[in-house]
Amino acid sequence: MKPRKANFWKVFESPTIIALFSAAGLFAALLGDGLWDALSWLGLGIPAVFALRGLLQRR
Amino acid sequence: MKSKTIRRWSAIHTWTSLICTVFLLMLALTGLPLIFHHEIDHLLGDAPELKEMPADTPRLNLQQLVQAAEQHRPGEVMQYFGFEDDEPNGVVAIMAPTAGTEPNLSHTFMLDARTGEALEMPSANGGFMMVMLRLHVDMFAGLPGKLLLAFMGILFVLAIVSGTVLYLPFMRRLKFATVRRDKSTRLRWLDLHNLIGVVTLTWALVVGVTGVVSACADLLIAAWRNEALTEMIAPYRDAPPLTQLAPATRLFDIANEAAPDMQPDFIAFPGTRFSSEHHYAVFMNGDTHLTSHLMTPVLIDASTLQVTAVVERPWYMDVMGMSQPLHFGDYGGMPMKILWATLDVLTIIVLGSGVYLWVVRRKALKPAVKTAESPA
Repeated sequence: MKPRKANFWKVFESPTIIALFSAAGLFAALLGDGLWDALSWLGLGIPAVFALRGLLQRR
Repeated sequence: MKSKTIRRWSAIHTWTSLICTVFLLMLALTGLPLIFHHEIDHLLGDAPELKEMPADTPRLNLQQLVQAAEQHRPGEVMQYFGFEDDEPNGVVAIMAPTAGTEPNLSHTFMLDARTGEALEMPSANGGFMMVMLRLHVDMFAGLPGKLLLAFMGILFVLAIVSGTVLYLPFMRRLKFATVRRDKSTRLRWLDLHNLIGVVTLTWALVVGVTGVVSACADLLIAAWRNEALTEMIAPYRDAPPLTQLAPATRLFDIANEAAPDMQPDFIAFPGTRFSSEHHYAVFMNGDTHLTSHLMTPVLIDASTLQVTAVVERPWYMDVMGMSQPLHFGDYGGMPMKILWATLDVLTIIVLGSGVYLWVVRRKALKPAVKTAESPA
């Protein structure tokens, strides 16, 4: 069972971190303006950047 | 994961996505201009422009505004007054032939709160943006349309969950964000589908779930009316319908006394679905960032102007209130809107590549099935 568990985290480590950033980004701007807004741009910017990088990268 | 389990999840992913894809493509495409509806209205000149006047120009009271509205549209009655933060000198007025007229047949316009001058808001009553909105909300099919879209939203959430489960077996031998470009078009799009799908997962789930909640808003409002309102207005059940309303002049003061530290968001006039036949309902929202999305209605007797009740909010009305910003993406300035649009386009790419992968896979499977069958 052990190698499977290691496998799970190897695959889901990065997506989990990105998911946490997205969630924090979605929540942050609900709490205030200014810095909170900036935090939400960062949190939601991370998934957007990863997706666009994969899409536009050549070779 | 056993190959049987994988096949089962794969079937769930294929069918939940295939069924909802057409609707989700439509929602994602119509949602795109809606993110920027404010900017588009200004660009098209559809946004009402209030006159420049000195900042200390006195404002009309609510009853004077009611009269100004009634003069503008004789023969119609007030349904709602709405107040917006970004246009403090304007009041959005919604009128219709009767107070109970359904929202899509109402007429929306703006009143200058200082002069009572009426300004048209074309995009609130028709035109391109209204078509986008109606397609997005109910496909011009009323409650059945909304419920169908809610069901599609649930399938979308199932597709996201099953897609996440399948991400593991597909990515076991690959590093995160690997896109194989040099093998085949199919592999490239498979990798992109997996990558974009998994990074936009949280956003898509939140927008999907809050969309389902918003699509069920009619039912939630009806439940709230049954639960909270019916009890409070029970003493009025046998009261005759009102022929004359007490003046609206002091509604704000009355509501503020009953619910201090809150701001008025909108007023529902007697007979609408947000009030009762015998009450003005002033909907107050909290004055912190988070609570500004949560509404507390103050019911005010429309003939005596006594406060009947400050209505308690059931949990599902709070969920509905919080769902709106999280679905619209309008709570973090222009950069957030741009990110929202980007993630929306990325979702369109995930949907499109999903259909492509399904088509390619079917084509690849067909000859195999034929050869397997041919000996028999």
